[in-house]
Amino acid sequence: MAKIAISVKVNGVEHTAEVEPRLLLVHFIREALRLTGTHIGCDTSHCGACTVVLDGRAVKSCTVFAVQADGREILTVEGLEHEGKLHPLQEGFFQEHGLQCGYCTPGMLMTGFAFLNSNTAPTEDEIRHAISGNLCRCTGYVNIVKAYQYAAEKIREGGTQ
Amino acid sequence: MIPVQFDYAAPATLDEALSLLAEHKDDAKLLAGGHSLLPAMKLRLAMPQMLISLGRIKDLAYIREEDGQIRIGAMTTHHQLESSDRLREICPLLPETAGTIGDVQVRNLGTIGGSLAHADPAADWPAAIIALGAEIVAVGAGGKRIIKADDFFVDMLTTALDPGEILSEIRIPAPQGRTGQAYLKVPQPASGFAVVGVAVNLTLNGGGACESAGIAITGVASKAYRASAVEGAIAGNALDEQTITDAASHATDGIDANGDLYASEEYRRHLAQVYTRRAIETAAARVK
Repeated sequence: MAKIAISVKVNGVEHTAEVEPRLLLVHFIREALRLTGTHIGCDTSHCGACTVVLDGRAVKSCTVFAVQADGREILTVEGLEHEGKLHPLQEGFFQEHGLQCGYCTPGMLMTGFAFLNSNTAPTEDEIRHAISGNLCRCTGYVNIVKAYQYAAEKIREGGTQ
Repeated sequence: MIPVQFDYAAPATLDEALSLLAEHKDDAKLLAGGHSLLPAMKLRLAMPQMLISLGRIKDLAYIREEDGQIRIGAMTTHHQLESSDRLREICPLLPETAGTIGDVQVRNLGTIGGSLAHADPAADWPAAIIALGAEIVAVGAGGKRIIKADDFFVDMLTTALDPGEILSEIRIPAPQGRTGQAYLKVPQPASGFAVVGVAVNLTLNGGGACESAGIAITGVASKAYRASAVEGAIAGNALDEQTITDAASHATDGIDANGDLYASEEYRRHLAQVYTRRAIETAAARVK
């Protein structure tokens, strides 16, 4: 079973590697790249803890093979902060107490990043719809929704994400 | 959960994919969005020795209008179908169905062609494409052939595709005249799959009576099916409450319904009737 050479841009940095075809993208990110901010939750594409942004869209990295990401661009939670400044979503989760245990948070942030890219003035309903693929077992979602609203407002005020 | 080892190829053309498929035969599996196949591989329910990704083939993801048909490339994602303004206008059943599948992340990768070829008995697309009277384009070594949606689903996880064929396109007759459509679904709360899903595509005549009806149901049996008895009971009739209720009572006529821990056979039959009634009412109320 031959290994496959892949080249993936992660958080702006080009990475090349030889991987087994069966290697999951989430394992590539966590183990090969040592970016452990992306969490593995259910490992069955339900919980959304492993969500990363692939070519601009939120995907569950436990249900993608690393080879499928060849030639593509990925953003993980480590790529959100910019020159020491938190992303408005990160700030929102901090200000609005959008987490308790924090396990779902990286996935919630990445889903939010892709979502707010296409909608900077979301209704509460749109936000709840957007996070329906991300499970949180602590907060009851109320503060996560507030965190998204906080970030949306910041982005609207500040121009870009 | 780690799949067994396999070899991987990502051909650049459909022809290359067909030759790989011919070479590896039953040892090969085609990978589209992967959102049915990867979970099955992780559980080792599927153990292909050769995985052929269609992800690098250009021009398999599109929504076009041609010869009175809506033509959808097999690799078009649920998200692309859900977010198409044009489809919302000319065939709203497609975006409505797409929006009920999985969640945001699943819809971003999962494809209509992958879902149809997988033929999960609780998938949403089969009901929609049967109700719309769609055709499936299958490409093989001998060229193209057209399979009617009604004949495409053979049994649970089994389609009319030959082992050497690739589903390349879905063709839907563009709805004409006074049409109303709806897809209504009871999602399984954990999986999101349809316990019951009912797709309705109605055309009314000038007098307001039902000229034609396409009604198909998923989730109930080992494959999605056309509810012919329901269609027959409303065709030619004015869609009043009594007619719709009577027609919907035939939703599972002649069907061997499934039962499981979440929904017994009896409950599924009941749901199918209630949701068929509601879906017809909804579609009728949407007629423009």
